[in-house]
Amino acid sequence: MSAATATVPTAGVKADARIPLRGHLRHTGALIRRNLLWIRQDPESMFDALLMPVVFTLLFVYVFGGSIGLALGGGQDRYVQYVIPGMIAMMSMTLSQGVGTGFSQDFNSGVMDRFRSLPIGRGSVLFAKIAVELARMLFATAVLMVVAVLVGFHISHWGGLLATVALSAAFASSIMWVFLTLGVVLKNAQSVQAMGFLVLFPLQFGSSIFAPTKSMPGWLQSFTDYNPLSTLADSARGLMVGGPVAHDLWVTLAWSAAITAVMAPVAIHKFRTKS
Amino acid sequence: MGGATVFPMTRNDNNPDGGRNAVTVRGLVKHYGETRALDGVDLDVREGTVMGVLGPNGAGKTTLVRILSTLLAPDSGHATVAGYDVVRQPRQLRRVIGLTGQYASVDEKLPGWENLYMIGRLLDLSRKDARARADELLERFSLTDAARRPASTYSGGMRRRLDLAASMIGRPTVLFLDEPTTGLDPRTRNEVWDEVQAMVGDGVTVLLTTQYMEEAEQLASELTVVDRGKVIAGGRIEELKAKVGGRTLRVRPADARELSPLAGMLDELGITGLASTTVDAETGSLLVPVLSDEQLTAVVGAVTARGITIASITTELPSLDEVFLSLTGHRASAPQEARPAESREEVAV
Repeated sequence: MSAATATVPTAGVKADARIPLRGHLRHTGALIRRNLLWIRQDPESMFDALLMPVVFTLLFVYVFGGSIGLALGGGQDRYVQYVIPGMIAMMSMTLSQGVGTGFSQDFNSGVMDRFRSLPIGRGSVLFAKIAVELARMLFATAVLMVVAVLVGFHISHWGGLLATVALSAAFASSIMWVFLTLGVVLKNAQSVQAMGFLVLFPLQFGSSIFAPTKSMPGWLQSFTDYNPLSTLADSARGLMVGGPVAHDLWVTLAWSAAITAVMAPVAIHKFRTKS
Repeated sequence: MGGATVFPMTRNDNNPDGGRNAVTVRGLVKHYGETRALDGVDLDVREGTVMGVLGPNGAGKTTLVRILSTLLAPDSGHATVAGYDVVRQPRQLRRVIGLTGQYASVDEKLPGWENLYMIGRLLDLSRKDARARADELLERFSLTDAARRPASTYSGGMRRRLDLAASMIGRPTVLFLDEPTTGLDPRTRNEVWDEVQAMVGDGVTVLLTTQYMEEAEQLASELTVVDRGKVIAGGRIEELKAKVGGRTLRVRPADARELSPLAGMLDELGITGLASTTVDAETGSLLVPVLSDEQLTAVVGAVTARGITIASITTELPSLDEVFLSLTGHRASAPQEARPAESREEVAV
């Protein structure tokens, strides 16, 4: 116990010690490892990331593909080119939810109190969660691309695919701050999920993800045009398949930056002050 | 709480080994809405000692530990741990404390080793040191065989040992144990007690909360009794008992047939203020409550004068449950009754 005996200071109250950047990285790394071990312990937690791209792609392509493809002036093949980039946008939203649910479990089990009694930055716990959820999303995107190619999706620009993945990761991480905030504020995992569902459904279907917005009523169009999921889906289309990109790209980035700028401080503050 | 006496906390004054405070609390207040969870608590814990904070459910024990471990901000008042202010220097403070309790726990999904390694890294140990420390503590807490199993598969006792190991990673100078044995069976509880005693042997200062008199008596050298957010008594355990209640003289004649005549004689003797005696048939002894040294002397004198053979004669302090009753006017807690006292022999094993 030699290290322990010398540490009782008698000096007056000084400012609290700051954590260096390396410390933050070390703490976040240790917590990422923890979250990855969870997945190893419980591989079923990856089922959603594995099955969602498969099930949704097959459903939309084979159920709606024919008729929507017709409206697009082609057939099912035409719809595949339309909906696959939209799927990336959808998954960036849906998989982000996981970050909030796992989070509230941590609070209820008391693990969070252990973390909060350790000399680590409050953000570390949140950053680690986001990093792991983004890794899950990458995995789901890889699965999606395999399924996409099998149903006949043709990638025109491989660089565009990379740019799409980066853009959807940026957007997803901004959304995760929202779900982290919900995870801290709401009492249990179920309410996070229920709340998430209520937010996700209108956002996803009131967008250009699954179908073009032209045939929607005017009032809905004014919503869908500003829905970041529309701009993310349209950016992905432009980047991967071809077509105009710039406007949608900037709008998506602006949304991501704005949501992060507002919600990250809120999430960290709520986390810090939760008792 | 009737006429509960508030004892002044002046322990350092008459303490031969002196020493600095590891924990100092002054006027700590915490409200939850209308409820005053802490209502002006003062507390001193000297370095290297074990302070037991005893009180029933809802007395404010956990709130106190949560404030001292920086999980909760006080509404008013002041507290330092190892010289660091709980409000202004939380990060430095967190580096020198360990916390085990009802709330702070390990990650059940992770194996024991991974839990300890993770905490080592969060405490800024190098990878190598974190690995070594995890191995070392698993060994010390007899968990090496279970190192790779998820903590969710551990028994209750193993879980608590892992909790304790987790709180020891950073070699804390002050350890907070919030009801460390609540919910454990007697045998497992004794295991945890042994571990705590070993830690104290290493020179760690411990602040322990408990609802169990037996636990406080077993582990703590000093005691603070709290009730409804207030400190109602404090001091060394022996002093506290002596202050609160009189002693009981236990006389066991060699021949049990002497019991009744002996009792009758003492009752008829008319020693001033002496309460009536009781016969404890089970142990074959006579219990005489005595309030002063004069009474004690008179009773012993009378017994001796009778000329019978005495097998044993001892004085006993009141149990902590009785202490609590006389301080607060009510029993310590329901859980105390729910968990009957186990035999001392088992404790000693």
